Amino acid sequence: MAFRSNASATIPATNPLRPLFWRKAQNRLVQTISVIALILAIGAMLWILGTIFSRGGDALSWAFLTNPSKPYGLPNNGIANALLGTLMITTTASAIAIPIALAAGIGLSEFGKQSRFANLMRFCINVMMGVPSILIGLFVYILWVVPQKSFSGFAGAIALAILMIPVITRTTEDMLRMVSDHLREAALALGCSRYQMIVQIVCKSARNGLVSGILLAVARVAGETAPLLFTALFANTWPREFFSNPTANIPVLITESTTNSPFEAMHQIGWGAALVIALIVLLINIVAKTCFREPKK
Amino acid sequence: MKRINFLDSTFRNVCLICTGVCGAITVALVVQLSSASSEAWHTFGWGLLLSTEWDPVTNVYGALPAIIGTLLTTGLALFIALPLAFLCALQLVEAPPALSKILSHGIDLLAAIPSVIYGMWGLFILCPLLQEAFWLLEIDTNGFGVLAASLILALMILPYICAVMRDVLKMTPALLKEAAMGVGCTPWECARDIFLRHGAKALLGGIFIGLGRALGETMAVLFVVGNIIEIPSNLLEGCTTISATLANNFAEAEGLQQSVLFALGLILLLMTFGIQVLAHCYLRKTAQMKG
Repeated sequence: MAFRSNASATIPATNPLRPLFWRKAQNRLVQTISVIALILAIGAMLWILGTIFSRGGDALSWAFLTNPSKPYGLPNNGIANALLGTLMITTTASAIAIPIALAAGIGLSEFGKQSRFANLMRFCINVMMGVPSILIGLFVYILWVVPQKSFSGFAGAIALAILMIPVITRTTEDMLRMVSDHLREAALALGCSRYQMIVQIVCKSARNGLVSGILLAVARVAGETAPLLFTALFANTWPREFFSNPTANIPVLITESTTNSPFEAMHQIGWGAALVIALIVLLINIVAKTCFREPKK
Repeated sequence: MKRINFLDSTFRNVCLICTGVCGAITVALVVQLSSASSEAWHTFGWGLLLSTEWDPVTNVYGALPAIIGTLLTTGLALFIALPLAFLCALQLVEAPPALSKILSHGIDLLAAIPSVIYGMWGLFILCPLLQEAFWLLEIDTNGFGVLAASLILALMILPYICAVMRDVLKMTPALLKEAAMGVGCTPWECARDIFLRHGAKALLGGIFIGLGRALGETMAVLFVVGNIIEIPSNLLEGCTTISATLANNFAEAEGLQQSVLFALGLILLLMTFGIQVLAHCYLRKTAQMKG
């Protein structure tokens, strides 16, 4: 391999032009810079989290969580309807995406292997994972909102489901691939059908990885905003008509109360909502990473 | 026995159909966006890509400002984030295991924060800060613009790039590193000559990931970019990106303007598609070289 020869060529231990002092100084310099880089990255994270917690914490109260959102000026403004809407949209999206994505992952890992169809689909999934979420919003707008003639929470759920499918499919395939072939052969040798082998043996032994993959995908779409702008939109009402009318949700509530409002009180609502959604997303992430730790590679 | 065979083949077919759904969505996305934007392409032709006008009153539209804004913010964000991410990844690989584990989790969590929160933080914290900083330098700006958008984007893509780089750097054989240390390399020389060469793939992988995320990011950019449909003359001026234009104008758009917005979406899709194809070819090429 090429780097070996290069590496040996660039290590002139006795080169008088590169005294040890200079090399050590260089090393120190780079190490300092990279520590600074790390501090910058971590510091920025703490700064962002700190701002959300301090500003959002001021807004947070029981009334804030249980009152529905209202236009500026009315008393008892809250986020309860948006919280419920986000919950409904995310749950529906999961209900659509998880079965399809699991089956697709199984198809790729157990039935596809190296066939041309499977490779093509893998490529499509990679492409889908890179498609900006706002374009999925446009897509669902044409696909669902225009024919239904109305924005709806369900349209938002479809958009989020489309975002989830490639992510879950990819992790499912990776996780199932990690299951040793001995298990598969042993199950088949005992007389299992392929269905039993896959569902009861392979999926079961990869269970933790699958659950954590699903949770991470849910966490990723729970805070998505861009596709919801074109699908679920927003409403200051309880999400009663999930299938036919705009549905309140937290991410769009944040956008509405910060960019489209000059009032400090509305900004406060936005910070509170940001804290709530950040807590939900971080919590799901932490649960996925600690309770359902991926098997060591 | 027959029942089992039936169950097996049904299961197989269901799984393969679901696999096909992923492909179908990709194709449908391209087809839908193309057909929805056909009016714009018919009206303006290729001129749409080169025109800088944007006038809803006379119904004349051009995509160039949005395209340039997208490329500019993405490029600048990568320029800021790449070196930072590489140094962070190096530090994470070199640090003691316990510390590196905690820091890795921290950076992973940073990647999980919804982008709308980054945008909000940029709007209320970063932009006023930039405004004051430049005010001290006696430069008059409101803080919103290319620089603010790039900084926020850089912060957003940093954890992604860093995670990819860290994973690939970790795969450097310990033997190589030990050999380099053994002949007297300083840690930085070891990093430069061993990790960097072995991890060239990591760098490129990180670039592709970062590019993909930064190109299509909407919310974080929308809050801080200024949303002026013009080609910016300097980094402190407001501009727009494709995704921000979409989010801003879609609600009021009708007819031709909506079609133009779909055309913008198609352009963005083709950009990300191109990056994916490049990444795919690149990975295949490196796989062949190794195999």
